[in-house]
Amino acid sequence: MIRYLYGDQLGKHPRLARSMFEDRADQFKTRLGWEVTVTEDGQELDVYDDLNPLYVIWETATGLHGGSMRFLPTTGRTMVNEHFLDLTDGVPFQSPFIWECTRFCLSRNAEPGTAAALMLAGGEIMQGFGIRHFVGVFDARMVRIYNRIGAAPEVLGTQGEGRQAISVGLWEFSAAAQQRVSRAAGIPLQTSRGWFEASFGNMAPQSDVSAA
Amino acid sequence: MGFLERVPQLDNVIARLERAEHLEELQTTIEWLRDHYAIDDMVYHWVSSNGTQYGCGTYDPKWVARYLEKGYLRVDPVVIGCYQRFHPVDWRRLDWSGKAARAFMQDAMAHGVGHQGYSIPIRGPHGQFALFTVSHTCTDEEWTHFTELNRRDLILLAHYFNQTALMLEPGRTPEATQPLSPREVETMTLLAVGYSRAQVAETLSISEHTLRVYIESARFKLGAMNTTHAVARAMSRGQIVV
Repeated sequence: MIRYLYGDQLGKHPRLARSMFEDRADQFKTRLGWEVTVTEDGQELDVYDDLNPLYVIWETATGLHGGSMRFLPTTGRTMVNEHFLDLTDGVPFQSPFIWECTRFCLSRNAEPGTAAALMLAGGEIMQGFGIRHFVGVFDARMVRIYNRIGAAPEVLGTQGEGRQAISVGLWEFSAAAQQRVSRAAGIPLQTSRGWFEASFGNMAPQSDVSAA
Repeated sequence: MGFLERVPQLDNVIARLERAEHLEELQTTIEWLRDHYAIDDMVYHWVSSNGTQYGCGTYDPKWVARYLEKGYLRVDPVVIGCYQRFHPVDWRRLDWSGKAARAFMQDAMAHGVGHQGYSIPIRGPHGQFALFTVSHTCTDEEWTHFTELNRRDLILLAHYFNQTALMLEPGRTPEATQPLSPREVETMTLLAVGYSRAQVAETLSISEHTLRVYIESARFKLGAMNTTHAVARAMSRGQIVV
């Protein structure tokens, strides 16, 4: 299932959080050879994790991390504005309707459909919170996966080569893409919406409150 | 119920916020906005990292005093649900099930606070946190309609209120106007001389998708409610020359 957790909520899910930061170390340091900082106990954390970001995490049946991504609003500090302006034509994106998506990570043992499930969750965020665009920083090889699941980003630029290639790209919401991604994930839209509501609350009729 | 069905003319509100020299002007502006949207209440409240608080809004002063006296800050599901967050929250999504929360809601309603609400949390610089709230008494359907219609403008207004409040914070040196990047200047200039979006995208050799993101970002940096407004502001600030 998908969980939406702010940084300060990870403490309630210690196994899930630890396995996420370990899988990030495995993906970004071990497999891709990026210059990221890994703690002594094998977790990859950066300064943006200190800003209480919103994590979207695929939790496996055994309660471990299967894949994840990290969101921050572009009205505050973001990785793309601080490190990747050369890939955006020098435009720092800043708007409450543009969120940054970074550290898109898939566990080595990720089940098929995990990437699609995460992208589906991205669509829930856009619809639920009125977000128009995501600007993402991702491993350039992810583009192939994004294309396959029907959620192709518009790539603004790429730096580095091979395993170290990093791209910046844009997504915006489309109902048709959401349907495609739902099929690729094997997850009905209703289920996806249910996970969103499990994290952010459902629209309880407010008359019940006044009657309470 | 009298909600405006069209996007209201909010440009003059922004201009008023920009000219504001005292926090009291935020109060008159928020009253005007509340009347403009024809809703019960609109409230802006900030807490900075050193604990300083400032608020303005249209709640009955008796309710504000009661809120402080009862220490409702620790009970209020809106504050609990929004603190340290950055997504907007419809009050219907909050947890009102606890005994203290229910009692709080009843007390609030007894003081004339509407049972519907929409709150926008904002994270400012250096741990500053603010909350911008609209609230009303109406059916679920009416409230859903209102928030869907106005969510975007309310989120922008929330941010512009916060920027003004930060600017007026005692002892703070105002930050320079956010400059546009050369690419954004080109974009706004071409829009100003009447190019269509397709023509702008073609001229700049970018996709229309990328152009939409440039415009979205430039609009916010210019403190504008829409693209026309953004072009006008870029010109009046001398950021583009046509």
